[in-house]
Amino acid sequence: MLIEAAGLTKVYKAKGGPVHALDGLTLSVPEGTVKALLGPNGAGKTTTVKVLTTLTRPDGGSASIAGIDVLRDPKAARRIIGVSGQYAAVDENLTGFENLEMVGRLYHLSAKSAKQRASELIEMFELTAAQNRPVKGFSGGMRRRIDLAGALVIRPKVLFLDEPTTGLDPHGRLAMWEVIKSLVADGTTLLLTTQYLEEADQLADGISVIDDGKVIAEGTADELKAQIGGHRVEVTLIGQDDADAARDILVRHGDGVPSLGSDGRSLTVGVVNGPSSLHRMLGELNAAGIELHDAGIRRPTLDDVFLRLTGHIAEEEANADDAAAEKSVAEKKVKKKAEKRAEKKLEQAN
Amino acid sequence: MSAALVPLQLHPVAMWASDGWIVTKRNLIKMKRSPDMLLFAVLQPIMFVLLFSQVYGGSIAVKGTDYTQYLMAGIFGQTVVFGSTFSGSAMAQDLKAGIIDRFRTLPMSPSAVLIGRTNSDLVLNAISVLIMMATGLVVGWRVNATVPSFLAGVGLLLLFSYAFSWVMALLGMTVKTPEAINNASFMVLFPLTFISNAFVQSSNLPGPLQVFADWNPVSALVHAARKLFGNLGSAPVPDAWPIEHAVGTVLIGALVMLVIFVPLCIRKFASISSR
Repeated sequence: MLIEAAGLTKVYKAKGGPVHALDGLTLSVPEGTVKALLGPNGAGKTTTVKVLTTLTRPDGGSASIAGIDVLRDPKAARRIIGVSGQYAAVDENLTGFENLEMVGRLYHLSAKSAKQRASELIEMFELTAAQNRPVKGFSGGMRRRIDLAGALVIRPKVLFLDEPTTGLDPHGRLAMWEVIKSLVADGTTLLLTTQYLEEADQLADGISVIDDGKVIAEGTADELKAQIGGHRVEVTLIGQDDADAARDILVRHGDGVPSLGSDGRSLTVGVVNGPSSLHRMLGELNAAGIELHDAGIRRPTLDDVFLRLTGHIAEEEANADDAAAEKSVAEKKVKKKAEKRAEKKLEQAN
Repeated sequence: MSAALVPLQLHPVAMWASDGWIVTKRNLIKMKRSPDMLLFAVLQPIMFVLLFSQVYGGSIAVKGTDYTQYLMAGIFGQTVVFGSTFSGSAMAQDLKAGIIDRFRTLPMSPSAVLIGRTNSDLVLNAISVLIMMATGLVVGWRVNATVPSFLAGVGLLLLFSYAFSWVMALLGMTVKTPEAINNASFMVLFPLTFISNAFVQSSNLPGPLQVFADWNPVSALVHAARKLFGNLGSAPVPDAWPIEHAVGTVLIGALVMLVIFVPLCIRKFASISSR
C-alpha cells in the first residue's frame, strides 16, 4: 500500500460542543491506482487530505506514505507528494512560469532544472500564451491548471487532488478530467476527493464513500453498485390507464415493489437478472395487450448507491467544501443529535 | 529533453539560506508589481516630512533645536514602526490566498517563509527611510554626526523595524483577515507613536502622558536616532532610564523581541493552514 491511514480522528472545538471532523477514518491506496474519496460537503474529505499532506495534525491514528510516517517525519513525506487544493494555491503577482519555477526551487531542484521543468509543465498544460503574465489575469480554469502543474513539479510518487473540478464550468471539468486521466495513465498514485459521483466513476479505480468522518463503504464503482442489487428494469407505457395492470406483471418478475414515476406511466423495478426478467416481462405485457413507449434495463447508478448508503443525496449539499464547512455541517449534526436526545427525554418523561 | 528532477543535496544551512532567499525574491517581485504599494511606501514618507515640517513646523516650538532637525528622527521612527505592520497583513493575506498551504506541503525550511517576509519588509523600510532622508535634506534637515554615527542610527532604526516585523508576523498568522491587522495596528500604533517624543518634547505633555512618553519604546528609538544623527542640539533630555540609555534600550528591546517572537512564529507557522 502506498498510502495507509488507520483510525484517524480529528476533533474541532466549536460552540455547539466538540465536532468530530474525522472519526476513526481508515484508508489504503495501492501503488499506481486512483482512489476517490466520495462524500457530501462536511464529510471529512478535506480534513483527510490535510492530514495526509502534513497540513493538519490528527488527534489520533496513524498515516504513512510509501512507508514514511507522515506524522513523525512530515518533511520526508513532503519530498514525495504533490498537492493541489480546491482553491488554487498560486501567487497572484508571479507569472505562471515564475510560480512553477519557485515551487521547483523550493523542492530544491537546481536553478536550471527548475526553469526547464517549469517550461515543460507550461507546455504540457497549454499555458504558453499566458506564461509571462501575472496569474492575477488568469481565468479560474487556468489558475487551476497552474496549481495542478505546481503539484507535478517533481513528478510526485503520490498526488493529492482536493476537489479538482469544484467551481469549474462543464467544459473546464471535462478538460480537467482529460488531464487527470493522462496523468494516471503513466502510473501516478492519486488520491482525489469529490462530491460528484460521476467524477469518481470516471476517474477512480477504488472509491471510499465517506460520511461523518469515517468510511461507510468501499470498493470499485461496480462493486458499490452491486451492493444494492443487480439491474433495474424500466418500462414506459403509452397510456396511464394500463399502469395498474403493468405493475401487477412487474411485481411477479421483479425483486421488490415497482415504483411509479411522476409522469404516471413509467415503472421501475429491481431485478436479479436483467435480460431474462425483461424478456419475460415484455412477453406478458404484450400478451395482456399493454402498449409500450419504451423499455430497457439499466445498472444502478452511484446516485442510487449514495442515497442508499447515506440516506441523503451527495450533490444536494454540493457547494464549496472546506474544513470550515465540514465544521459547520458537523455542528448542525451535533445540534440535531442533541435535539433528538431532548425529544427522547421528553417522551420518557411523559 | 526532460528536466532532471533530482533534488540538490544541500547542507541544512545552505538550504535555509536558499529557501529564505527564494521567498524574499518572490515578495520583492510582488512589491515591484504592486504600484499602489510602492507608491504608498514612497509617497507617504514624503507627505509626512512635508506636512510636519511645513504645516506644523511654524507652530510647534522645541527647546534647544529647530523643529525640522528635531522632527526627522521622529518621522523615521514612526514610519519604520508602521512599515513593520506590513509583515502582519502580508502573512494574513498569504494565508487567506492559500499560498501558505502550498509552501507548507513543500520540503522547504520551516522558517523560510517568515525569513523571506521579514527580509523583504526590511528592504521596503530601508527604501522608505532613504526617501524620507532625501526629502528631509530638501526641507533643510542636516546630519551633524560622523559617518559611523549616522550609519549606526540608520542601523538601529532598521534593526528595530526588523524585530518588530516578527511581532507583527505572529499577529498576522493569528488573526482571521488582513484587514484586522490594519485596524488593530491603527488603534495601537497611532497612540504609541504620537504619545512619544517623535513630534513633540515630552516635557510639554500632561503628567501621565509624559511618563508614558518617556518610557515608550518608540521614544527610546527616536531619541537614539536623533542623538546618532546629531539633531539633538541643546534640547533637554528627560530624566528617564530608557531615554538616558536609548541606544542600549533599543538594542536590548530588539533582541528580546527576536528571542521571543522568532521561535513563536516558527512554531505557529508549523500549524497554520488556510481556511
